[in-house]
Amino acid sequence: MKYQSQLVAKPYFIAAIGLFIGQIIFGLIMGLQYVIGDFLFPEIPFNVARMVHTNLLIVWLLFGFMGSAYYMIPEESETELYSPKLALALFWIFLVAGALTIVGYLAVPYARLAEMTGNDLLPTMGREFLEQPTITKIGIVVVCLGFLFNLGMTVLKGRKTSVSLVLMTGLVGLALLFLFSFYNPTNLVLDKFFWWYVVHLWVEGVWELILGAILAFVLIKTTGVDREVIEKWLYVIIAMTLITGILGTGHHYYWIGAPEYWQLIGSVFSALEPIPFFMMTVFAFNMVNKRRRDHPNRAAVLWALGTAVMAFLGAGVWGFLHTLAPVNFYTHGSQITAAHGHMAFYGAYVMIVLTMISYTMPMMRGRAAANSLKSQVVEMWAFWLMTVSMVFITLFLTGAGILQVYLQRYSDAPQAFMVVQEKVELFYWMREYAGLVFLTGLLLYVVSFFIGGKEHAEQRA
Amino acid sequence: MNSTATVYDTQPKSPPGDLAIWVFILAELLVFAVLFVVYAMARRNNIELFNLHQLQLDRAAGLANTLVLITSSYFVVRAVAAIREGETQRCSRWLWAAFSLGALFLLIKGAEYQHHFSMGVTLRSNDFYLFYLSLTFFHFMHVIMGMVILAAVALKAQRGGYSVSEHTGVETGASYWHMVDLVWLILFPLVYVMH
Repeated sequence: MKYQSQLVAKPYFIAAIGLFIGQIIFGLIMGLQYVIGDFLFPEIPFNVARMVHTNLLIVWLLFGFMGSAYYMIPEESETELYSPKLALALFWIFLVAGALTIVGYLAVPYARLAEMTGNDLLPTMGREFLEQPTITKIGIVVVCLGFLFNLGMTVLKGRKTSVSLVLMTGLVGLALLFLFSFYNPTNLVLDKFFWWYVVHLWVEGVWELILGAILAFVLIKTTGVDREVIEKWLYVIIAMTLITGILGTGHHYYWIGAPEYWQLIGSVFSALEPIPFFMMTVFAFNMVNKRRRDHPNRAAVLWALGTAVMAFLGAGVWGFLHTLAPVNFYTHGSQITAAHGHMAFYGAYVMIVLTMISYTMPMMRGRAAANSLKSQVVEMWAFWLMTVSMVFITLFLTGAGILQVYLQRYSDAPQAFMVVQEKVELFYWMREYAGLVFLTGLLLYVVSFFIGGKEHAEQRA
Repeated sequence: MNSTATVYDTQPKSPPGDLAIWVFILAELLVFAVLFVVYAMARRNNIELFNLHQLQLDRAAGLANTLVLITSSYFVVRAVAAIREGETQRCSRWLWAAFSLGALFLLIKGAEYQHHFSMGVTLRSNDFYLFYLSLTFFHFMHVIMGMVILAAVALKAQRGGYSVSEHTGVETGASYWHMVDLVWLILFPLVYVMH
């Protein structure tokens, strides 16, 4: 670690992992509710569990992105962070606000929460993934502003690199696009448009810039390949991301009352969205093959390569699976969507944050570069358990989805939703078991931080 | 220094420019290829409609733009030749000339759009216009992107940022511009002419 202020990333990462565990527990609760409908009812109804599962994901990923940025920007800018105190203050504000929101979801009925937080003054609640009370949303904006100010001042006083430029573009975009969550038009089609400006343009737009920048940073550090080479790839990847991703928003406009031409534009451009992810895979493996040294933190390199592969599979291939309008006509809102959502979020965003945590944590906890070999072996076990179980979760959900689409929508004698749900029960059970393996992997990941031993040294100078 | 220069001179590396731009060019060509295939499929389903509305297009303007882009590509070739002889200012002037032709392309295409819009044509008019407008507009954006690249390279050349031995940037920009040109060479006959 080159700059003392990079240490502010640590609480962000610890909070991220804590919330991640919470997210998985609620995922498991929900998974069980798929097959045992009244499990934990009325204390935690399905819709509440789902809201907590998805909101925790978003919040902990934001913690992860912020921590990554606080670590990267001082190192890229070659200067201390503008204000570590502000970063810590924002951390606590964000954590407390996030925790209160989750408590609110669990403690009172959603409608009551809306009433309590004055949603009638500026109605923003009720939209999927953006369920947060208006006051929490305002809090998120304040935290983002302070965060961007802090980073911006750091970049301005120091060295400007392409990696920090791309990262900052992604983060500013993230904050700006979130503002659309405050606009809630009464026209349902318009409402969906603005909703996707947040949701789609986040995960298939600016978040990919953040992903690309973090991946580039870790590869520069672990492979020793020239910065120029890595930056060129980064530019090419983000250009392709934006070319395909922005117009790719059209794949959400198929059946919501928008003009028909979106079926063409959405199909073509989103069908090409796997390209930047494929480039990312080629890029990551190329850089690791061309490495000038073997970095002692082998676990971090494994995470980086894993991100590139799983992001391509989850976001790229599984996205392509149901993105063409004629296919989506049948698969829309089925378990295929759930399969894609799980692997894409895990492969692209969960894994990149874990990559960054894996790379930085040893240094923030006082080691020169890496944990002991023993600790890394456990971490790599965690990697494989989580990744393989996620592959199985995705496959089981895809199986459930294909059956669901066939029985409920495609066959000559379509059956009712709940009838079909019972027929695919086996897949849901298997998904739940895979989820338990995932939790085991995650716990093992946490355990790996507490395994001591002598630091693993660099093998080849 | 001299010896490296000789190596560069006698063995121009292949592909010219940065490898990364070629990955990008291939990806871009794939995007356009998909669009062309979808166009062909939609046309096959409704040939009369496509033939009818194709006649509404201004082929003279399309042909003019084809010549404009081919000429601009020639200018870019001259720019690369100039920098290989170490003539940075001449290189920059050729690049600006190509840039101006890019601007001329935008003007002509803009006038065509102006004409269509004044006739009330939109994406929703029919399938032909849906394809015509989205394909040409997507290409239009690429011309702008290519011009930004040419301008960046020209400015760097003006400042003496390239030399006989190191001018990867010029070749990179030139490669991208040729792609923009190449795509139009397919797009023009496909959408304007083929009947």
